[in-house]
Amino acid sequence: MAAFIVRMGPLLVLWLAVFLSGTWAVDRGNFKTCDQCAFCKRQRALKPGQSLYRALLETLELTNTKLTLQLINDNNKVRLLLELYRLQGNMTRVKINELKPLKPRFEVPDVLINDPPTEPLSLLSQDENGVVLSLGADSQRLIVSAKPFRLDIMEGREVLLSLNSRGLLAFEHLRIRKDTQVDPEGAEKKEETDAANEPAEGETAKEDGMWEETFKSHTDNKPNGPSSISLDFSLPGVEHVYGIPEHADSLKLKTTDGGDPYRLFNLDVFQYELFNPMALYGAIPVMLSHSAQRTMGIFWLNAAETWVDISSNTAGKTVLGQMLDYVQGSSETPQTDVRWISESGIIDVFIMLGPTPTDVFSQYASLTGTQAFPPLSALAYHQCRWNYNDQEDVAAVDQGFDEHDIPYDFIWLDIEHTDGKRYFTWDPHKFPQPKDMLQGLIDKRRKMVAIVDPHIKVDSSYKIHNEIRSKGFYVKNKDGGDYEGWCWPGNSGYPDFTNPEMRAWWASMFAYDQYEGSMENMYTWNDMNEPSVFNGPEVTMHKDALHGTWENRDLHNLYGLYVQMATAEGLIERSGGVERPFVLTRAFFAGSQRYGAVWTGDNTADWDHLKISIPMCLSLGLVGVSFCGADVGGFFKSPSTELLVRWYQTGAYQPFFRAHAHLDTPRREPWLFGPENTALIREAVRQRYALLPYWYQLFYHAHHSGQPVMRPLWVEYTQDTATFSVDDQFLLGRDLLVHPVTEEGAKGVTAYLPGKGEVWFDVHTFQKHNGAQNLYIPVTISSIPVFQRGGSIIPRKARVRRSSSCMEHDPYTLFVALSPKRFAQGELYIDDGHTFNFDKQKQFIHRRLSFANNALSSRNLAPGSQFITPSWIEKIVILGASKPSKATLKTPDGKESLLEFEFDASMSVLTLRKPGVNAGVDWTVVLQ
Amino acid sequence: MSCALLLLLMSWALAMRTGAAVEIQRPRGVPLSSEQFYEENKPFTCLDGFSTISFDRVNDDYCDCRDGSDEPGTAACPNGSFHCTNAGFRPAFIPSSRINDGICDCCDTTDEYNSGATCQNTCREMGRKERESLQIMAEITKEGFMLKQQLIHEAKRGQEDKQGKLTELQGSKKDLEEKVEALRTVKETAEDPEKEAKERHLKAWGEQKELIRMEKDKTRMAEAFLELDDDADGYVSVAELQSHLELDPDSDGSLTETETQVRCLPSQENNFYHTSKLQGCSPFGEIRRFESKIGDLHDSCRSNEKVWAGGLWMTTGCMNLEKEIGFDFGPSAEFAYLYSQCYELSTSEYIYRLCPFNRVSQKPKFGGSETNLGLWGQWAGPEDSLYSVMKYDHGQGCWQGPNRSTTVKLTCGKETVVTSTSEPSRCEYLMEFTTPAVCQEPASLDEVLQGHTEL
Repeated sequence: MAAFIVRMGPLLVLWLAVFLSGTWAVDRGNFKTCDQCAFCKRQRALKPGQSLYRALLETLELTNTKLTLQLINDNNKVRLLLELYRLQGNMTRVKINELKPLKPRFEVPDVLINDPPTEPLSLLSQDENGVVLSLGADSQRLIVSAKPFRLDIMEGREVLLSLNSRGLLAFEHLRIRKDTQVDPEGAEKKEETDAANEPAEGETAKEDGMWEETFKSHTDNKPNGPSSISLDFSLPGVEHVYGIPEHADSLKLKTTDGGDPYRLFNLDVFQYELFNPMALYGAIPVMLSHSAQRTMGIFWLNAAETWVDISSNTAGKTVLGQMLDYVQGSSETPQTDVRWISESGIIDVFIMLGPTPTDVFSQYASLTGTQAFPPLSALAYHQCRWNYNDQEDVAAVDQGFDEHDIPYDFIWLDIEHTDGKRYFTWDPHKFPQPKDMLQGLIDKRRKMVAIVDPHIKVDSSYKIHNEIRSKGFYVKNKDGGDYEGWCWPGNSGYPDFTNPEMRAWWASMFAYDQYEGSMENMYTWNDMNEPSVFNGPEVTMHKDALHGTWENRDLHNLYGLYVQMATAEGLIERSGGVERPFVLTRAFFAGSQRYGAVWTGDNTADWDHLKISIPMCLSLGLVGVSFCGADVGGFFKSPSTELLVRWYQTGAYQPFFRAHAHLDTPRREPWLFGPENTALIREAVRQRYALLPYWYQLFYHAHHSGQPVMRPLWVEYTQDTATFSVDDQFLLGRDLLVHPVTEEGAKGVTAYLPGKGEVWFDVHTFQKHNGAQNLYIPVTISSIPVFQRGGSIIPRKARVRRSSSCMEHDPYTLFVALSPKRFAQGELYIDDGHTFNFDKQKQFIHRRLSFANNALSSRNLAPGSQFITPSWIEKIVILGASKPSKATLKTPDGKESLLEFEFDASMSVLTLRKPGVNAGVDWTVVLQ
Repeated sequence: MSCALLLLLMSWALAMRTGAAVEIQRPRGVPLSSEQFYEENKPFTCLDGFSTISFDRVNDDYCDCRDGSDEPGTAACPNGSFHCTNAGFRPAFIPSSRINDGICDCCDTTDEYNSGATCQNTCREMGRKERESLQIMAEITKEGFMLKQQLIHEAKRGQEDKQGKLTELQGSKKDLEEKVEALRTVKETAEDPEKEAKERHLKAWGEQKELIRMEKDKTRMAEAFLELDDDADGYVSVAELQSHLELDPDSDGSLTETETQVRCLPSQENNFYHTSKLQGCSPFGEIRRFESKIGDLHDSCRSNEKVWAGGLWMTTGCMNLEKEIGFDFGPSAEFAYLYSQCYELSTSEYIYRLCPFNRVSQKPKFGGSETNLGLWGQWAGPEDSLYSVMKYDHGQGCWQGPNRSTTVKLTCGKETVVTSTSEPSRCEYLMEFTTPAVCQEPASLDEVLQGHTEL
């Protein structure tokens, strides 16, 4: 949801008309460029060269857990404190703060799941130029050079990564204001006495925007003055970097020379544009680097506005230039240089040394946690619209799905369901009996999501507002009063979600006796939590607004995470800690993966937006957020029927599968486009439902070990450079490759099937294709090119019913795709689908399925677990098989029985009829 | 044997064996009509003839037939269907996927035989309700159809009247047109100097003068029309306005129906050009300008004006009648009675107003101006019942959205009444409207009930 067109008071409409001028594209003028952002401009003015800092080796202290060392800026004599940690799991943490800041600088809380466990660093050598430390295994060393200061991480003779090698470490120390004449308070008289902190640069504060900055009509008062930080990283041998969502850009990050850096600042961007580095709703300051040799990650733990510059010594070169280099024997190795700039806080960087993508995912997961394991039904199909008008509308749409035999699990209510945009309430005319409505859905084994946004209508007759105000839980403005801004309800307050007491209170509002009309099948959607402030600078909160003692400037990018955290906690608490929550958020930060799902915000119904959904979700998956999706059909504007069908086909194979539409668009429930298109959409949704066991298993792994569900090809084919930039297709887990059709009027697509010596099977036709080739696939409007990797086993449920809950006890069909060596392996994960019992009481089934030596068997992967399922194995389909003379099923009770089978010689498909064995027990099928 | 007789016999047979005691032995989920294909202990051939399987594979919870016909009673086949007998109500087929899914679909509970769902047999209750509502419907249809016959009769008579009137008017019109043509020349010659003088005047006197002048104009118009309106039957409507290109706002040389209606909608409701209504009609600058032109002639050719305005009225009368006669009021003009009527529905927020063949509008209950939700477009029902849906479009534009439009669904009823309104998509309204004019000739009540033999 969330655009700026609504039935609001005429005043707001007028205001909106003035501020947004109703155009069909992002109004770039509403958002800052680096040049319009004082600290970014100041920092970017510093060019690579010799660093201003040197390390004071005499201050070096090495303890069991860390090394500390002072750095000094020879220009202004301000000292910094460097802390180095070697962390368990092959990571290095680099922390730099002022040695004696005027006041504490913000350090990000609540993102790391614990204080990362350390391992001892040992000093290998030391001289007047620096020290060499051992990072333990693999002959990895950390070299601290003193003058100028730089850090290099080496493995053997190779430099893996260098810090400050380009001398861009910059730390704007906190200081007392000098130019009192522009200080309206005239309060800072004592500055003369504190000469030690005087900057040597001879600043012209006003011009540099150090103490005040105006953008459009908004003035940012900066009582703390300049506080920005910067550091550069060089990655020798690296040509591909990824991550730092959220941007509407390609998977492989582009160099930013000559343009703006990638910006990380949570913003409600109206009608965002594609293929540019502008900030969007969420920010995860994590970048991955990849080469055929190694994958690494950089996690820049800072929640202030951040800009990331990327340059590369090969990027600008033409193919001819690269050939010339080769012919002339240019010794230059490829290298990517990255520079991070943040407005405040400290430098706190985690360097994840890989060396494989899997390692990096585990390393990052060990710091910030893993994907929340969603209720199974949340992986099914969601039907949303701004807005389903009333209870009758909800009932009619629900009925429409049954009449057209299309499954769905969740129907969503956007802001119009509330009483005047007062969240936790219902419109008394349109939704007079919410419990009746929810019961109607329970009767169909379906669920609902209702929106709860963080802006609270300032209205003395609104309970939520009164309580927040009386408890002092609102964010404050710079003068100490409650901060107020415009949002959907008109004048609104913004609860201070950074306050744990506020979060606890918020969570308690989801109790069934507090949230009237809510029931156990109703879940929550947090929108507008950047936060969106219609009349704020860049449509968000003023940076000088106060969260306790901290400015919004320090923690802006954390706000959305906290909103989702408190909401998810509320849903857990209301069930007494039994049920898994489901909360969708638009804004996010590192760690948000622990609280639910993310969507790519207010996209547009055009083909490019369909295409960009792939790299946007891939980028999020790389940095922990697996549960990602884009509004199917596109939020703004109305999709053509072809686009809508293609979007369903694509969305059916992306993690979060929800159709959504703007209030001003014509209705687009799946059956409104004629029987043929209804059938196409039905088929796409049915494919999703049949594959739910595999999706669930992938999310179990994402939860368990932090491995992304939707993966770029290079994650699995790390040596194959042809995969490094691919972002029009993707893998689900390791075993399914999806190349959705995203071109209008497509007659065919060219999919790259990776893996030399591997084979892939078309999941619809069972046609076998060789790996390491570009395969042209002719397509029709019904085609969704999906391939199963030879060597894998994928469980499905072929009996698609009207909701995933209805399919709970249904039997499984196993699709065994044999590798050229006639081998295959897969898994089967089963639990109750909605509680924490899988975790707390080990109530789950996790089995290893493997095919080798002409025998397919199921073995327990989790001996400590217990769960009973009525589901059984209905059918086994073996792709790439040869015809056996007989097939024998052996069960643990020692019984053997012959299975009937069919063999399709033209496609080499063997179908074993009705093994009938329970899905939770050991069994073996032997082919002879 | 005729079909009806067969049905009768079946219903009698069903009635005789109340309850499950006499259940015919056939595989679960198979309708009686297909029983013959499922012969116990004989190989079963899939209904598509594609393959043959042993009988123990029928309903064995594994899908063997491509067409799903071997599993009529289980959820094994993705394309199968299950037959509920629903004794006491209407039999039905449901998709196989709804068997044992924990949700009661068949009123006789037979779809949930192994899911743990507790279903109540509601067939008798549903049958009773259905019968009741069918009876009510039948009565409504019967009475409604009688009313419709009257409507058709009246419409026929009305049409003849109007045709006669039209012919008459056309005769008078011709005479008048000649007069008007002559006078128009006089008027136009007089107009130019008058206009110039007027402009100078206006510059001198400013806005106040303008107001005074407009007041005067109105008075003059009132006078003019009172004088003309001898029989209190003067028509000035769309057609009239259309004949005056000086009112054309987009200067495309023609004044469309929409444009005229935008100009003066309230006056149209009665097709009665009345100055007091005129005042209530806001976008009236151009009409006033037109009126003032007439007024400008006042001093020099007062008598001319009378004749000319008389011609105008005459023309209007003709075109209005022509237009009315030109409407598609249904196969037997049964919808003609709706013409120039309006029907209202009051909701919590708004009063909705449907004026068939004219417009739909919405007015907030607690203040605020009326919004045009669409002007008469066309009949828009499906091919087999074109006259079941009316479409009104080109209503007031939505901000960043389409122009408002309204779909009116007509159902048979004794009364002519708007029963509900909704806005399924933004600015796309849906209105339900009952009228005897759509009532179909009823089958006799017996026939209706016979059509539902299993009740």
